[in-house]
Amino acid sequence: MLDLALLWETRELILQGLWNTVWICFLGCLVALSLGLVLAALRLSSPRLFGYPVACYVELCRGTPLLVLLFLLYYGGPSVGLRLDAEIAGVTGIGLYGAGYFAEIYRGGFKSIPKGQLEAARMLGISHWHALSRIQVPQMLRLIVPPGTNQLIILVKESALISIISVDDLTKNATTIVNQTFHVIEPYLAVALLYWMLIELIARGGYALEKHLANREPRPVTRQGESAHAHG
Amino acid sequence: MLDILLTHYPVLTKGLTTTLVVSLSAIALGLVFGVLLAFGLTSRSRWIRWPCGLYRSFWRGTPILLQLLLVFYLLPEVGIEVAPITAAILTLTLNTTAFQSEIFRSGIAHIPAGQIEAARMAGISAWQTRRRIVMPQVLRLTLPPLTNEIITILKNSSLISVIAVTELMRVSEQIASRTFQPLETYLAAAVLYLAVNLVLAQISAHLERRLAGGLATE
Repeated sequence: MLDLALLWETRELILQGLWNTVWICFLGCLVALSLGLVLAALRLSSPRLFGYPVACYVELCRGTPLLVLLFLLYYGGPSVGLRLDAEIAGVTGIGLYGAGYFAEIYRGGFKSIPKGQLEAARMLGISHWHALSRIQVPQMLRLIVPPGTNQLIILVKESALISIISVDDLTKNATTIVNQTFHVIEPYLAVALLYWMLIELIARGGYALEKHLANREPRPVTRQGESAHAHG
Repeated sequence: MLDILLTHYPVLTKGLTTTLVVSLSAIALGLVFGVLLAFGLTSRSRWIRWPCGLYRSFWRGTPILLQLLLVFYLLPEVGIEVAPITAAILTLTLNTTAFQSEIFRSGIAHIPAGQIEAARMAGISAWQTRRRIVMPQVLRLTLPPLTNEIITILKNSSLISVIAVTELMRVSEQIASRTFQPLETYLAAAVLYLAVNLVLAQISAHLERRLAGGLATE
C-alpha cells in the first residue's frame, strides 16, 4: 500500500516546498491584485488615453502562457540586464500575469453597477470622488469576490510552473523526492493534497468574505462549492 | 525576433503543429467525456454522482504540471509504456474533461425544466431528449466558456515540454540555447501563441454570431 513513512522521512523537503509555494503565491497575488487595480483605475479615469494600452496588456496576458512570461523574465532577462533570482522572477511573473486578469475582473465589477445610481448621485450633488468611494467601490467589492477568488485559485495552481525555472517549490521538491526514492505515488499525491488544501482555504475564505459583504444588503451569494475553480 | 522567426520557421512550425495536435485532440476527447461527466454529475444516483464529483474535484483542484508529472511517471510504474505525446494527450484530456463537465453542467441547468418535462410527456426517451433537445441548446449556450477553455488548453500545452514532448515551447528552448538569444526566441514564441489564440477568439466570435438566432432563454 502507500508508504506513508516515506512522507515522514522527506517531510523537510515537502514543508520547505510548501513554504516557498505559499510565500511566492502570496506575494505574486498581492502584486497581481494591486497592479490589476492600478490598470483598471487608469482605464477608468482616462479611457481615451489608457483604454487601448490596458486592453492590449490584458489580451497579452490572456493570449500567452505564463511559462513563456517566466522564461522571458528568467532566461531572457539577462539579455537586457535584468538578473532576477528564480523566486523573484516567479513572483514577478505571477504578478504581471495575474494583473491582466484582475484588471478585467475589476472592470467587469465596475461596469455591473447600474448607471442609474451614478446619475442619481450626481443629481443629488454628491461629488465624483464621494460617489466613487461611498457608492461604487463598496458594491464593486462585493461583485468581484467570486471571480477574484477564482482567479487567485488559478494563480496558485499556475505557481507550480516556477518549478520549471528551478524554484524549490512543492512541485519541484516532489519531483526531487520521486527521483531520489523511486516512489511516484506518495510524493505527488501528498503534494496534490497540499495544493488542494491551499485552494480550499482560498475558496472558503472567499466564500466567507462574500457572505460578510452580502450581510450588508440582500444579494444572492454563490453556493459554496460552486466558487467554480476555474481553470489554471 | 523577426530573424528568429524567419530562420527557424520550419522547426517552429513543427512545434506549433504538435502544440495544435495535442491541444485539439485533448479538447475533442474532453468534449465527449465532459458531456458524459456532466450527465454523471447531475445523475439521480448517489453512486454515480459521488465518484464523478471526486474526479472533478481532483482534476480541477490540482496544478496541471503536477498532473502531467504524475501520469508521466506513474504509467511506467504500473507497466504501461506510452510515448510522451500520448501521456500528454491523456493528461490534458483528463484535465479538460473535469473543466468541461462544469461548463456543460451549468449549461444543462440553464435549459428550462419545462422543455424536458414536455418532451418526456410527449413520449421522447431520456436519451433522445438529451440528444435532440438539450444538447443543441447547451452547445450554443456554452460556446463562450468553451472558447476560454480551448484557449486555456492551448496555453497549458506549453507545459508538456516538461515531459519531453517537442512542442512549441520545447522547440523554443532548443533554439534559445543554440542561438543564445533567449529574449528574442521566447518573444517569438509568445507572438505565435498570441496569434493562435487571437484566431481562435475570432472564430468563436463568428460562430457565436451565427448561432445567436433562435436561442431559447427564460
